[in-house]
Amino acid sequence: MPDPTAGVGIELSDVTKRYPGQEHGAVEDFSLRVEPGELLMFVGPSGCGKTTTMKMINRIIEPTSGSITIDGEDVLSLDPNELRRHIGYVIQQIGLFPHMTIAENIATVPKLLGWSKARVADRVDELLRTVALDPGVFAHRYPKQLSGGQQQRVGVARALAADPPVMLMDEPFGATDPITRLRLQEEFRRLQADIGKTIIFVTHDFDEAVRLGDRIAVLSERSRIEQCDTPANILADPANEYVAGFIGRGAGLMRLALIPIGEVPLEAPDDSSAALGVQDSLRDALDLLVLTGGQRVNVTDESGSVAGSLTHAGISAALGAPRLPTGTAP
Amino acid sequence: MTVHTGQRNALRRFTTPIAVVLVLGAVFAWVGTLDLDSIESRTLNAEHLLDRTREHLVLTVVSSALVAVLAIPTAVLAHRVRSRIVKAVVIGLGNIGQATPAVGVVILLAIVWRTGFTTALVSLVAYCFLPVLRNTLTGLEQVDAATREAARGMGMTPNQVLWRIELPLASPVILAGLRTALVFSVGVATIATFINAGGLGDMIVNGLKLQRFSVLLVGAVLVAAIAVLIDWAAGLVEDRVRPRGL
Repeated sequence: MPDPTAGVGIELSDVTKRYPGQEHGAVEDFSLRVEPGELLMFVGPSGCGKTTTMKMINRIIEPTSGSITIDGEDVLSLDPNELRRHIGYVIQQIGLFPHMTIAENIATVPKLLGWSKARVADRVDELLRTVALDPGVFAHRYPKQLSGGQQQRVGVARALAADPPVMLMDEPFGATDPITRLRLQEEFRRLQADIGKTIIFVTHDFDEAVRLGDRIAVLSERSRIEQCDTPANILADPANEYVAGFIGRGAGLMRLALIPIGEVPLEAPDDSSAALGVQDSLRDALDLLVLTGGQRVNVTDESGSVAGSLTHAGISAALGAPRLPTGTAP
Repeated sequence: MTVHTGQRNALRRFTTPIAVVLVLGAVFAWVGTLDLDSIESRTLNAEHLLDRTREHLVLTVVSSALVAVLAIPTAVLAHRVRSRIVKAVVIGLGNIGQATPAVGVVILLAIVWRTGFTTALVSLVAYCFLPVLRNTLTGLEQVDAATREAARGMGMTPNQVLWRIELPLASPVILAGLRTALVFSVGVATIATFINAGGLGDMIVNGLKLQRFSVLLVGAVLVAAIAVLIDWAAGLVEDRVRPRGL
């Protein structure tokens, strides 16, 4: 048995959900393998079946046919309540229990699993710290006393409470304002780097998918997989018109945001230019070039000394051969 | 600041009983100044008053308790079935119970069955069933779907969802229904006198029939005082029991 807290693989084969009286299934013949510790994004428009697909994994929705395994075990053969206690679940509306304190909310699954009081209390403390909420301040508050962003952090903490190997997240940051959203995404990315769960994350926001996902599954009607690949590959080479349309404009900028400056060759520095660190992205470098109007931007390494510089041409080169938009006259 | 708020709350909390005591005191003081004839003195003595009040309270409290025991589980079942038809039928039956005039139910039951306490109790239960049923059903229905889904998604069994999430969240509405039922039944219990089931209705009806204004007045004031005090006590319980955080 591997470390129970690390992620395990999920495999969906020919999963179909058909509601009675409807000609087409909501989800048809969906097959996909999620690797252990992977954060897989389901991206698609509203009503494409991405949420339905995800909810079949913890059997909130029962599949009509097909098989789903987690760590090789067929979920359809397990008791659904027992199954759900070992899958973290975060929904957009958060669904905190308003009559319970934050601590009681987080303790829900551990209590269902029969943990001792002391163990539950320790875990609640640890989790509140993990999601950057001071236990002394927040443990005994009620959900309505928290802001939307704080509530969503509690939602994530509650889903992590019993250290499940698998997490299902349904637009968890969808209802927060843009600034809170960015901060929650950033925190979540750091958290996932630490805990390495296997996560299926549903969103309709392609930017969010690029920012967080190890891989992205772009879905169309009836949960058809149009493309499933890393963000960089999808941006560089969309499989078809549908995917290209979903990415929209700005694919180049999104790709630049994924590439740290440290990964591209640098030219010699000049003394006058503004500087960025090697851990910043090429998008930051381009941003600085546009803002300063200069020819190049200097790059400093971890120790703070100047390591080289970047130009517009260097940044473009990082995206590979220049790709002219089709239909443009030379 | 908090001291002032606390004082104001305490004041509000005790205004009702103090007012009731003042009114009762005034009525009894007035009765004390009267020259009671033989009919009046047979009724307006401590023993008679206590007996009628006790009968009235027993009718009210027992019928409300029965309503709680019957209507809340019925509502939970109707909620569980998730069928609109079942819900409509249950609410419809409750509506019929309440729409029928209480006097009619009491008299009819007495004719076809028998007179006395049990009959009065049955008609009170029929009459007060609806508010508790409807409030319980409404309370359960209005629990946020996301809250319920989160509970289910974390692996609570349907029973755990009911006891830990739905009933606590619905409790303020359920309690409000019970409070309504209690106050209803104080009023309706006065009708019990027509089928020889006692209660303060005896004094009101006798006072009217025998044209003894003092008897009528004392009976009516006592009924009103009980209704007000029960509502007040139920309010205190509601405040105490309501889940925090709502």
